Amino acid sequence: MGALTANHRLTRREVLKGGALTVAFALAAVPARALGQHAPAASHPVGSEDVDSFLAVNDDGTVTVFCGKVDLGQGLRIAMRQIAAEELGIGVGRILYVEGDTALTPDQGRTSGSNSIARGGMQIRRAAATARKALIALAAERLHVDADVLVASDGVVRPSGGGPALRFADLVGGGRFELKLDPQAPLKDPATYTLVGKSLPRPDVPAKCTGSFTFMQDFRLNGMLHARVIRPPAIGARLIAVDRSSIRTLAGARVVQIKDFLAVVAEDEWTAVRAARMLRAQWSPWSGLPAQDKLVATLRADPDVTDQKLVTKGEPGAKRPESAKALAASYFWPMQSHGSIGPACAVADVGVDAATVWTASQGTHGNRDTFARFLGLPREKVRLIYLDGAGCYGMNGHEDAAADAAILSRAVGRPVRVQWSREDEHGWDPKGPPQLLDISGTVSSDGRILDWHTEMWIPQATQGLPDIPLLAPAAAGLDQVRGLQPGLIWQNGDPPYAADNVRVLVHWLKDAPLRPAPIRSPGKPANCLAVESFVDELAAAAGLDPVEFRLRGLSDARAIEVIRRAAALMKWQSRPSPVNNKDAAVMRGRGIAYVHYKHNETYVAMGMQVEVERASGRIRVERVACAHDCGQIINPDGVRAQVEGSILQTLSRVLMEEVQFDRSRVTSVNWSTYPILRFSDVPVLDIELIDRPTQPPLGAGEAACTPVGAALANAVFDATGARLRTVPFTPQRMKAALV
Amino acid sequence: MATYDVRINGSARAIESSDPEQPLLYVLRGLGLTATKFGCGLGQCGACTVLVDGRAVRSCLLTIARAQGKTVTTLEGLGSISAPHPVQAAFIKEQVPQCGYCTSGMIVSAAALLAAQPKPSEQAIRSALDGNLCRCGTHARVIRAVMLASGQAD
Repeated sequence: MGALTANHRLTRREVLKGGALTVAFALAAVPARALGQHAPAASHPVGSEDVDSFLAVNDDGTVTVFCGKVDLGQGLRIAMRQIAAEELGIGVGRILYVEGDTALTPDQGRTSGSNSIARGGMQIRRAAATARKALIALAAERLHVDADVLVASDGVVRPSGGGPALRFADLVGGGRFELKLDPQAPLKDPATYTLVGKSLPRPDVPAKCTGSFTFMQDFRLNGMLHARVIRPPAIGARLIAVDRSSIRTLAGARVVQIKDFLAVVAEDEWTAVRAARMLRAQWSPWSGLPAQDKLVATLRADPDVTDQKLVTKGEPGAKRPESAKALAASYFWPMQSHGSIGPACAVADVGVDAATVWTASQGTHGNRDTFARFLGLPREKVRLIYLDGAGCYGMNGHEDAAADAAILSRAVGRPVRVQWSREDEHGWDPKGPPQLLDISGTVSSDGRILDWHTEMWIPQATQGLPDIPLLAPAAAGLDQVRGLQPGLIWQNGDPPYAADNVRVLVHWLKDAPLRPAPIRSPGKPANCLAVESFVDELAAAAGLDPVEFRLRGLSDARAIEVIRRAAALMKWQSRPSPVNNKDAAVMRGRGIAYVHYKHNETYVAMGMQVEVERASGRIRVERVACAHDCGQIINPDGVRAQVEGSILQTLSRVLMEEVQFDRSRVTSVNWSTYPILRFSDVPVLDIELIDRPTQPPLGAGEAACTPVGAALANAVFDATGARLRTVPFTPQRMKAALV
Repeated sequence: MATYDVRINGSARAIESSDPEQPLLYVLRGLGLTATKFGCGLGQCGACTVLVDGRAVRSCLLTIARAQGKTVTTLEGLGSISAPHPVQAAFIKEQVPQCGYCTSGMIVSAAALLAAQPKPSEQAIRSALDGNLCRCGTHARVIRAVMLASGQAD
């Protein structure tokens, strides 16, 4: 296949042996990228208003794109190239790519919220359009012709009617544009696109499939030590004593202790692992966690909440006709782990006056201030460089491992690599927060939602918090800003359908049992589970088909289209739920759910077909049908991969996942105590992507996660007549609901 | 310091280790064969899968002492970008990996399956790979790729 440069960290030699279509890697454009070197940051601008921050036309005719968003496996490396190449007028194979390096890339914000293409990509499109306009103007001057007669394509500017062409490199090769992003620079007509909208292969795939890709976990520096951090046996425990003699038989192993931060370092990795296992330390007792089996009641009864009305529409409390039906239900989504397959890893080289940290963080730019603060260094002296880790889906332990490495490197005066264990990752990654929702409402006999009232109990984000507080600075007593950041977990708590009276009230909790972090589609799967389950309950109360009920309440044509298409994929037969399965040993049913992500982004409708085994309570998802409208699609196969992943990952969360804890610590610290979806659980996926080339791209990394729980709950209800309202939908819960 | 003779990706290697309990995983990665990934160290996730005498084995659980005299093949030993193994070629064609951290173990497990069973059913593929975890949700593509590699799809 026509692979592009697999990885911008490849050496020139590796690139050259990669095949004819491989892009020559312009080392000159990114001098600091040499493996394992401490080259000073190139003097490259990084202001997010400047064209030169995003694009450089190199002497050899290639163009380097500098992207502040990072590729976590979602395919930005090709999608951003497609956007830039299309708008600039050059082959995608001549685009080189640098990402997530605070010294070289503009700060485009954290790679999160499914906004990399929708926001970051549009900045790059704007930069490329501005650059194209400038290249054409330069060529017009040079050729003494009107700019209107010139076009940029295939890396040259030429008269559209034919004539002499000027290469981009001849116009600005090696130089700078010195221009601000121009909102007036004309954008190409999507009808003329030749790259955007094509399923071009992701350039990192061949190397990932053959073992030549350098993951964070594979990165090495000369003179580097291997470290393991020993986290306490209870979350709030203090370190009382360390028996350094307990590792004296391990040659070269050393203990590093800074207040309650405890680690071992060694010349080789296996010695570090052994030292961490052998080291004896005494910790104070601590048991400050709430009882897990009373968590729902604890959240609901929390007296120390701040109430906020998110939505107030209509006049609640109006008298309803006797034929109207009133319902109420409660839903709970537990704390979940990001569940990265590779535990976190980072490498840092911290000297007295400067720090370089290699990290798989989704927010290298944002982390810069945080790291500068706890290291006590000026911001300009701290550089973070992104390398791919295992998928992190919000924030796993990557950033904590980076802080571990930075603190240890400074302590030992050498580069340090920190690798977390499986127990570290499951035990200490920040968790998706718990979410409790109550919904009540009334529906008229003809299927109109008269009243809707959502109440949520969720942890509140701390205003202005720069970053989620990290473990190592806290343990070592270093300076960092404290607070919570669970993500935008309050969104989509109200129905997307016509309703006379709507209220959404949040009871903001001041804390969370375990350190929270955003987890893919933050909060929305829980809110959609509640909202779309309750809509289904209202439809059933009105005796209406679930698809029909939803369509009656919608006027947005794009909403209606995704629901119709998902229903068509399901060969949906109109009838109210539940189906009569009274005597069946295996009960089959279907359900649907819909979301307009954040009420203003991607539209998703999802149908699900399930089997429920009466005797065991086991739910088997047979088929998932998804219609997905994210506006303009840059790379259809990339979007499809994201939708597949969103569905399967969220199915795993809904069917199986709940962090277990006792009063002191997380106890679900491996894959047997925190199981996730396996091949035997994977359903047939039927995905239909709706491309709208003339609409803005809306994001594809998260939206399809959102309706998964509700579609499943509604299918289970259709099959069994029983409602599951607490995640995960374990066989035990299903059996209990069937009684 | 004891020496262990292990054949790795076609080359006879004399591995020195002071600990007979050192898992093969750390030996391989120490040799620069970093395609083999540390995932759990417990034999639960499959990220560290390698072929040992042709069978899929979790290298995090196989000690260097027990690897003595064995033939080990890692992802790097299966093929390269210019000359990929059929499973690697199929994974590339189907654009399987997202983050790619589980991919090495998936491909090695699938290669072992196809060596033993050249035309596995979809059910057999699911069973053979059930111990390989993926968090990005690439499962459907993995199954398609293995069907493709076994000549049962195009």
